[in-house]
Amino acid sequence: MSERYLQIDKVRMVFETRKGPFCALEEISLDIYAGEFVSLIGHSGCGKSTLLNIVTGLLEPSDGHVFLANREITGPGPDRGVVFQNHSLLPWLTCFENVQLAAERVFGATEKRSAVKERVHRALELVQLGHAEHKYPHELSGGMKQRVGIARALSIEPKVLLLDEPFGALDALTRAHLQDELMRIVTATGSTVLMVTHDVDEAVLLSDRVVMMTNGPAATIGGILAIDLPRPRDRIALAGNKQYVALRAELLEFLYRKQMREAA
Amino acid sequence: MSARPAIVHTLKPPRVEIGPADASTQLHPAMNQASSAPEPPLYVRTRAPEWLPRLLAPIIGLALFVALWAIIAKAGGRLPDPVSTWHSAVDVFSNPFYKKGPNDQGIGWNVLTSLGRVGIGFGAAALVGIPLGFMIGRFRFLSDMAAPIISILKPVSPLAWLPIGLMVFKAANPAAIYVIFICSLWPMIVNTAVGVRHIPRDYLNVARVLNLSEWTIFRKILFPAVLPYMITGVRLSIGVAWLVIVAAEMLTGGVGIGFWVWDEWNNLNVQHIIIAIFTVGIVGLALEQAMIVLARRFSYE
Repeated sequence: MSERYLQIDKVRMVFETRKGPFCALEEISLDIYAGEFVSLIGHSGCGKSTLLNIVTGLLEPSDGHVFLANREITGPGPDRGVVFQNHSLLPWLTCFENVQLAAERVFGATEKRSAVKERVHRALELVQLGHAEHKYPHELSGGMKQRVGIARALSIEPKVLLLDEPFGALDALTRAHLQDELMRIVTATGSTVLMVTHDVDEAVLLSDRVVMMTNGPAATIGGILAIDLPRPRDRIALAGNKQYVALRAELLEFLYRKQMREAA
Repeated sequence: MSARPAIVHTLKPPRVEIGPADASTQLHPAMNQASSAPEPPLYVRTRAPEWLPRLLAPIIGLALFVALWAIIAKAGGRLPDPVSTWHSAVDVFSNPFYKKGPNDQGIGWNVLTSLGRVGIGFGAAALVGIPLGFMIGRFRFLSDMAAPIISILKPVSPLAWLPIGLMVFKAANPAAIYVIFICSLWPMIVNTAVGVRHIPRDYLNVARVLNLSEWTIFRKILFPAVLPYMITGVRLSIGVAWLVIVAAEMLTGGVGIGFWVWDEWNNLNVQHIIIAIFTVGIVGLALEQAMIVLARRFSYE
C-alpha cells in the first residue's frame, strides 16, 4: 500500500481557444498508491475529466508528467482500464464480444484463444453478467451495460482502473446497486482506482481518499480528504455513522461554501 | 430527365399512404389491452380486425387509380383502357423469354438485360465509391480536395455523361453501364464519407484506449459503424440507377427495358409502353424493398 503507483507530477493543461489560451488545470500533483481508491470531485467544468483524460492518455498535458508504475504515460494504452460515462459498448457486438475485443488485444498474442475466452467469461462472471454473455447492448438495461463496461476494463488486468463518472447516467437505485458491486469487485481484485464523480455520497462511500478540485479556470487541488472508514462498508450502517456524516459534511462544505459557483 | 422526380413520386406514395394507416394500427395494442380489462370498450368489439383496413386501403387506392385511368381512356385520346392493356400484358408475359433476333426479344430478356447493366455499373461504383468514401471520411485533406469535384458533378444528369461514354467506349452497352456507374458513384461516396464522419467519438476512444491495431479498428469499429450509412448509399444508388437505365437505353438502343419502351413507341404500341412502365415500377419497388430488408438486418438499435 505504501508504493507510489500512479504519480501525477505538476500537470498543467492549457487549451488553445479562439479567445486565446485557456488554462484548465494548474500545477496538479497527486500520488496514488497501489490498491488505493481515489476519487476526484468538483463542480462540473472544473477539469476533473480533463485530468482523467490525461491519465488515460487521450490528452497530452501542456506541462508536467504522469507516471504509472514508474513509466511515463505518453498515450493511451491497455495498462489502464477505462470505464466511460456512457458505457461506450459497440452495439454490433455481444457483451462477450465487447469484452473479448479488449482481452484479445492484451492477451491474444501470448495466450491461446480458449484461455482468452476463459478470461472474458471470468470478467463477465465478476460483474454477474455471465447469463447475459450473448446479449447485445440494446437488450440490456443501463446498469447492465455499465457493468459490461466495467468487465471490459477489468478483463485486461489493468494496472489502474479509470472511471469517468461511471454511474452518472443511471437512476439512483441502480447507481447504489452498482456502487456496492464496484466495492465488492475492487476488494476482490485489489484494483487501484481513480474515479471522477460529482456525487458526494458516492465519493465518501467508495474512496480511500477524495481529491477536491477547485473551480476552473486554472483548477487545482483544493484539498484531499482521507476517508478512513473501515471496509467492507455498508451504506445503510454508514448513514448514521458519525465519522461518515462528518466527512460528508466536510465535502459538502468544500463544494458548496468554499467553491460555491455563481448561479450557473 | 424530367421523368426522374416523377418516378420517384410514383414509387413513394404507397409508403406514404401506409403511414397514417400504420399510426392507427399502432393504437390497437393499447385498445386490445383495454379490452382485456374488466370493462371492454364497446367499439372494439364492433370493429373489423385490424389488418383489414391495412389490406383494403392499398386495394382501394389501386382500384381508384385504374378507374381514373379507364375514365381518361374513355374520354378519348389514344390512351388504351385498362382492360385491353391487361389482355396485352397477359400476352406479353405468357412468353417472356423468346428471342426473335437482336431487336425483338421477350420482356423477360429486356428486364434481365437492364438489370444486368445496372448490376455491373452499380457493382463497379460500389467497388470504387465505398473505399473512396472511407478515405474521404477519414482524412480531412482528401475531403477538402474532393468536395468541389463532387459538389459540381453530383447535380449533373447522368445522361449528360452518355456522349463521353460513347466516345470513350465506342459502343452502346459499355456506355450505358458507364452512365450507371457515374450516377451510382456519388451517393455511395457521399453516404460512406458521412458515415465515417458520424462515427461516435466514444467508439473511437474505445479503440484508442485499447490501442487497437488499424486493421482491428477497421473490422470491429469503422466498418460496422459505417455499414448502415453505406446501405443507405447503396439504396439511393440503386434507385437512381434503375431510373437512369431506362433513359440511357432509350438513347443507346439494343436490348433492355428502356429500349423496349422506345421501340414500342416507334411501333405505336401504347399498351406495351404502359406495361413497360408498370414493369419498371414493380422491379424498382422490389429493388428498394430488398434494400430496406438488408438495411434492417444491419441496424443495431
